[in-house]
Amino acid sequence: MQRSQVTETIITLLIRISGYSSILFVSMILFFLLREGLPALGDVNIGSLFGTRWYPIESLYGIWPLLSGSLIVTLGAMLISLPLGVGTAVYIAEVAPPWINNLLKPLIEILAGLPSVVLGFLGIQVLAPFLRTFLNLPTGLTAFGGAVLLAMIAIPTIVSIAEDALNTVPSGYRQAALALGATRWQVIWGVTLPAARSGVLTAVMLGVGRAIGETMAVMMVTGNAPVLPTGLNALFVPVRTMTATIASEMGEVANGSPHYHVLFFIGMVLFFISLMVNIAASSLSLQGRKRAERVLS
Amino acid sequence: MKSAGFSTPPRISSKLTEQLGFNLLRLIALLTVLPIVGVIVYILVRGLPAISLEFLTGFPREGMRAGGILPAIIGTFYLTLGTAVVSVPLGVAAGIYMAEYASDNRWTRLIRIAIINLAGIPSVVYGLFGLGLFVLFLRFGTSILASSLTLGIMTLPVIISTTEEALRSVPNSFRVVSISLGATRWQTIWRIVLPQSLPGILTGVILGLERAAGETAPILFTGVAFFLPRLPNSAFDATMALPYHIFVISTQVPGMPVEIQYGTVLVLLVFVLGMNLIATLIRQRARARRQW
Repeated sequence: MQRSQVTETIITLLIRISGYSSILFVSMILFFLLREGLPALGDVNIGSLFGTRWYPIESLYGIWPLLSGSLIVTLGAMLISLPLGVGTAVYIAEVAPPWINNLLKPLIEILAGLPSVVLGFLGIQVLAPFLRTFLNLPTGLTAFGGAVLLAMIAIPTIVSIAEDALNTVPSGYRQAALALGATRWQVIWGVTLPAARSGVLTAVMLGVGRAIGETMAVMMVTGNAPVLPTGLNALFVPVRTMTATIASEMGEVANGSPHYHVLFFIGMVLFFISLMVNIAASSLSLQGRKRAERVLS
Repeated sequence: MKSAGFSTPPRISSKLTEQLGFNLLRLIALLTVLPIVGVIVYILVRGLPAISLEFLTGFPREGMRAGGILPAIIGTFYLTLGTAVVSVPLGVAAGIYMAEYASDNRWTRLIRIAIINLAGIPSVVYGLFGLGLFVLFLRFGTSILASSLTLGIMTLPVIISTTEEALRSVPNSFRVVSISLGATRWQTIWRIVLPQSLPGILTGVILGLERAAGETAPILFTGVAFFLPRLPNSAFDATMALPYHIFVISTQVPGMPVEIQYGTVLVLLVFVLGMNLIATLIRQRARARRQW
């Protein structure tokens, strides 16, 4: 009796510690990013850090070209994945018969499991040559190629979360609208999608989060040119994202050098971007849930 | 055709819109799914000719332009195993805490925010963290150990959330009956709740490990080597790994035969999709058997 109580206490303690471990890990990640990244502010003066040229050999560490590279690729990815992802989610949740869903859903799950390096490889082998000849560009390794791959990476996230959101819309809503004579299409546009809008928005934001943090695929196909893109053709020239810069340069820098600290500083920026996106997305979905509960009760 | 009333457009046109709309949705779903099928079929077709016994069991030769990819296969296997050792006990325990112990208070909400953020942190940032903590601060060096720990922490949120979800789907009456028969809380979890939710947990674990097995960025500075002439001997050795090997042979080695590149991609794809298939099968069997 005594012994089983001791076991119970020890196990409960271990489980409690494991439960709290997530907080510990996030804090540790933040701590090490700050520890290695903040010295960048001392090594490099702030004006140069937010300058427009990234050229580490001459100690030019302007992160604007990288930030805008990330933004352009992510924006392009969203333009592609938003209609495809939300459209597919609506099709799965509202239109498709079960047997089609039994095909679609596993395929989307497979896409979620495809390693980004595999997509990057196909980007180099298939997509880039195709884009070069099809769009008549000097090189196929452009922001647009990265955007296409990132769209494929963001789509599973968007589809699964948007589909969940659509499925949680009470079927009474749909039946009421149908009873009033609306067509199923009108129900989707007029009732279901608006009712699920916070969930769909959450899906899109988490898709953005995945896209902006993606590394290997963009590194392999965007052409790795850290130049500040300007004008309308920005999508069709080589760029370089923040993630790709860290991945391709960290291996070559001396630990503790200014370049090393700046790369950690970029990691810090990425950490805070994902923090903001995720907190915004989760508070948005929480709001949506509360509203749904209010309406239902 | 002009509509008769302001608010009631003719029936035919709204039926037509519906038809058009549904067809548009079908087209979108097709556009989304076709590339996935295309990718898999294309890699199969281009990669299969490279597969041979020598390719799967040999070492790379001639600057990786010939020979096999055994060290990369073994390396990915070790890394996945290491990730499991780190993330499964911790993740399942944390999931148990969230589903069975945590009360709805400020701390629990904080844990939830932490889990959500762990899930969102970019993989390359995990790489930086692993470099800073495990490789440099704890002096593990670039090693299987450092990479496994990094990948393990990255995989935690997936395992925690799926475990929690699986445990919550077990009806409460199971717990009530067990407790009323005199079992302690832990006995109830260990003998009643966990066995019932095992398929769900297993599915989550495998899907989490699947993602870890295919990751490159977190192991880039924490444990992989460009080329190693022998297999790793201990957890403190660096290793080759399939995802990084694909990156290397498709971007860093000039004159690399395309066949070997596609073959390597195919091996990684089989590794990853095999895990995906196992997870799907477990889930389907559990659904068919479920008695509640």
